[in-house]
Amino acid sequence: MSASAVPTTVEARATAAWRGVVSVGLIAGGVVLYLCVVGIVPIFSTRPLIQDVVSLGQLSLLLTFLSGGYVAVARAPRGPLAGILAGALVGLISGAFLSGLILLSTAVNLRAFLPNASPELFELLTLGSDPAVDGFWVPMVVGLLGGALGAGLALLPRRARELVILNLTALVLLGLFAGLARQRMLSGDFGDIADQARNVFASEGLTVVGALLTIAVTSLAYLAWTGLHVRARARSMPAEPRRVSAIVIGVLIFALVLAMPWLGGKFVAQTVAMIALYILMGLGLNITLGFAGLLDLGFVAFFAVGAYTVALLTSTGDFGLLGLPWWAAVPFGVVAAMVFGVFLGLPILGIRGDYLAIATLGFGEIISILIKSDVLKPWLGGPQGITSIPPPIATQPNDFLYGPVQIYYVALAIAAFIAFASWRLRASRLGRAWLAIREDEDVAEALGVNLVQSKTLAYMLGAAFAGLGGAILVGLLGSVFPSTFNIVVSINVAAVVVVGGMGSIPGVIVGAIVLIGLPELFREFSEYRYLFYGLVLMFMMRFRPEGLWPSRAGRREMHGAEGPSTALPLDATEAS
Amino acid sequence: MTGQATPRDYGAAARTKTNERALDAAIAAFLWAFRIVVVLVIVVGSYLTVSSGKYSIDVWVDLLVGGASLGGMYALIALGYTMVYGILRMINFAHGDVFMIGAFAGYFTATFLKNIGFLNASPLASIISIALMMVVAAIVATLVAVAIERVAYRPLRNSPRLVLLIAAIGASFFLQYTVKGIVGVGVFAYPVPTILSEPVMLPIAESLRLQWLDVVVVGSALLMMVSMYLFVQRTKLGTAIRAVSEDAPTAALMGINVDRAIVMTFAIGAALAGVAGVLFGLMFIQINFYSGFLPGIKAFTAAVLGGIGNIPGAMVGGMFLGEVESVGPILFLDGLGVPSPTQLKDVIAFTLLVLVLIFRPQGILGERLSRTRA
Repeated sequence: MSASAVPTTVEARATAAWRGVVSVGLIAGGVVLYLCVVGIVPIFSTRPLIQDVVSLGQLSLLLTFLSGGYVAVARAPRGPLAGILAGALVGLISGAFLSGLILLSTAVNLRAFLPNASPELFELLTLGSDPAVDGFWVPMVVGLLGGALGAGLALLPRRARELVILNLTALVLLGLFAGLARQRMLSGDFGDIADQARNVFASEGLTVVGALLTIAVTSLAYLAWTGLHVRARARSMPAEPRRVSAIVIGVLIFALVLAMPWLGGKFVAQTVAMIALYILMGLGLNITLGFAGLLDLGFVAFFAVGAYTVALLTSTGDFGLLGLPWWAAVPFGVVAAMVFGVFLGLPILGIRGDYLAIATLGFGEIISILIKSDVLKPWLGGPQGITSIPPPIATQPNDFLYGPVQIYYVALAIAAFIAFASWRLRASRLGRAWLAIREDEDVAEALGVNLVQSKTLAYMLGAAFAGLGGAILVGLLGSVFPSTFNIVVSINVAAVVVVGGMGSIPGVIVGAIVLIGLPELFREFSEYRYLFYGLVLMFMMRFRPEGLWPSRAGRREMHGAEGPSTALPLDATEAS
Repeated sequence: MTGQATPRDYGAAARTKTNERALDAAIAAFLWAFRIVVVLVIVVGSYLTVSSGKYSIDVWVDLLVGGASLGGMYALIALGYTMVYGILRMINFAHGDVFMIGAFAGYFTATFLKNIGFLNASPLASIISIALMMVVAAIVATLVAVAIERVAYRPLRNSPRLVLLIAAIGASFFLQYTVKGIVGVGVFAYPVPTILSEPVMLPIAESLRLQWLDVVVVGSALLMMVSMYLFVQRTKLGTAIRAVSEDAPTAALMGINVDRAIVMTFAIGAALAGVAGVLFGLMFIQINFYSGFLPGIKAFTAAVLGGIGNIPGAMVGGMFLGEVESVGPILFLDGLGVPSPTQLKDVIAFTLLVLVLIFRPQGILGERLSRTRA
């Protein structure tokens, strides 16, 4: 903590450096041990990334070794040899953790406490040799090599390093998507070229040919990008062609978004529909949390109110009241959610800060207990829920708009509208009042902002969008069950907003794609979805509290004292 | 936006002046209506239930005894919330999960003791086993909480409070799903020493129909709370904790190691939560990775009830909440003809939380600094 910690002599500095390297090794060791014990390695190893070469589980360990070695270089004394040594040491130490686990498993029955410490795991860790005899040192050797490789990577010149990292990323991403891509290409919509898919994509993961192809394409693209100085040219482009190319890129992205369900097939359509739904709800919470700074953990309450209202009005089953078409019922669902928002919001909005989070959490729980209780069973069906709800557009199973596809377009259109509305709202008098409240309630009140009214409006709008989300979910699923409405929905939406960037509209979109899209696409991830959320929330708050795609005000604010002065004039019309 | 405040803005503000006043009046009226409805439900419901004579005095005694056990457990957890809030002004969302981890540590200890045949060997062995379970649970919970403080909370100490709160929510999910990853989604049956389900053969206890379980739960909760209170009030470290929670910068100037005081706060709170986890296991038999969530939120409710940052308040609040949750559903709701009222015990607990937050945010025992702390 104090100045005495700065070493002066050369030896003392070297000792401190090696101590730093060892601590990196210990951390990396903790990480690999955690990956094994929590079950990520065993489950991920069922999914090959490159067929017969490497699985996702092996990769998770290898990547830890690699990044351990990579980080170690920064801690080690200067010089390539010291760097490589440091990387190897980190890999060795972290590999030793796994060796310890293997040895322990031969002595004690670990499975009583750790069900994941299975024979399959140890087979993977020892590369198939007998743990008791000669297998236990395998992780140490692999770690040593991996760590040294990572260190070597860090010592490469910048261009080469970027190339390797880009290639790794491309391999991982394509490896994950390979199965989906193959399935879609072989479905018959793409003609004869599609048959080539068999050579490139295995049923899960890339083939060796595909991997080599990926490396070649990625490397060429990188060389072209840097060799032709694309970025510098784009920057020096005159204003007019620059605008045209921006428009062209925008149109291309728009077309891609519209074509998503067709390009990706049924399964992807379902996923993008979920993403669109969460973008919509994230934009709603973005008003409450991002603009006004009210952490609302009871979002699920309004989601449920919207869903049940629409379900009751449209269902042709036992509990349906009117049998309205979906479109006619949606406004009622939104209004019901808003009314609930006002009724629940008014009493609690005088509360400051974190009390509000707990109070709204309580509301969420109250609503989800009530809808499955016997009290409301005669009207809401209790645990059996409400079924036979017609979709927004009546279709036959073979129509393009059947099922999730139409929901995708509906949700996308509504989300676009909400994005526009909240963009305009933020620049309005009300939006500026919200920002003022977020910055400092007392000052805002002193300047004439009516706290309760502004907060109620934010809360009410958030509730309205949650209700809309519920209505769309009902249209997507065709039924509602109380088990859908638990705290996890609120946490999902809050995580989308926080990770994307509080107060930032593009941030919500990025957040929804990362947090909702990825786990929906990969069932191995969805197993660890909330573990991942927890980690991401902690990491984001530690290293990037303003989010992945922050708004300008958010970036300034979240860094507290260390950032530039918050006394800068607040630009209300900023583009985020 | 500077310099752009057009006259239209001021005109709009002037026009809305009367509207705003009317709205404020409407809000006040709404809040009063809310109070009246709640009081009516409680009074009418209680009257109808009692006058129907459906429940004998024995039932009420059982409910009260159950509520005391529950309340003792809540109070133990609430102490951790209240101390951390007092010192850092943050809701330690992960506290409920630290409690759950304590319950699991106790479970594994108990399973081990049962497998070697010690758990039910003799009454003395059972008592030693329970003590051992509590010690292991307290140690494990403390380690986890201190690690979380070090990794997730300490680097954020100067950040906005929203950042800290979100990090705490992240920590909570991380702990919950780590446990899920390690032990799986299954429900684990706590090996409860058989002696605990035997009735207490003592003069007063017999008329109250107490089991040893109740005695152990309430007794150990009280013991922990008293020793915690003495620690905070009488020892040097306890004084340091109180000083830091009163005014951290000044305490630092007085030569108090603020970091150490904060770590101690987390450690003590987690140890109590670990013990509470064992009590939860003994009382409810079944635990899983999700067991910490609801008790955690409710214990926070108890802390708010008693006045957050206030140590005796957390004990009173915990007991009060335990009794309300145990007696409330039948007393308030059964008379109103609500089917299966015990399903709604959590609704009552959360309604209580909201009521306290609205109408008496400083809690039952009040607190001097409620304005700056709330």
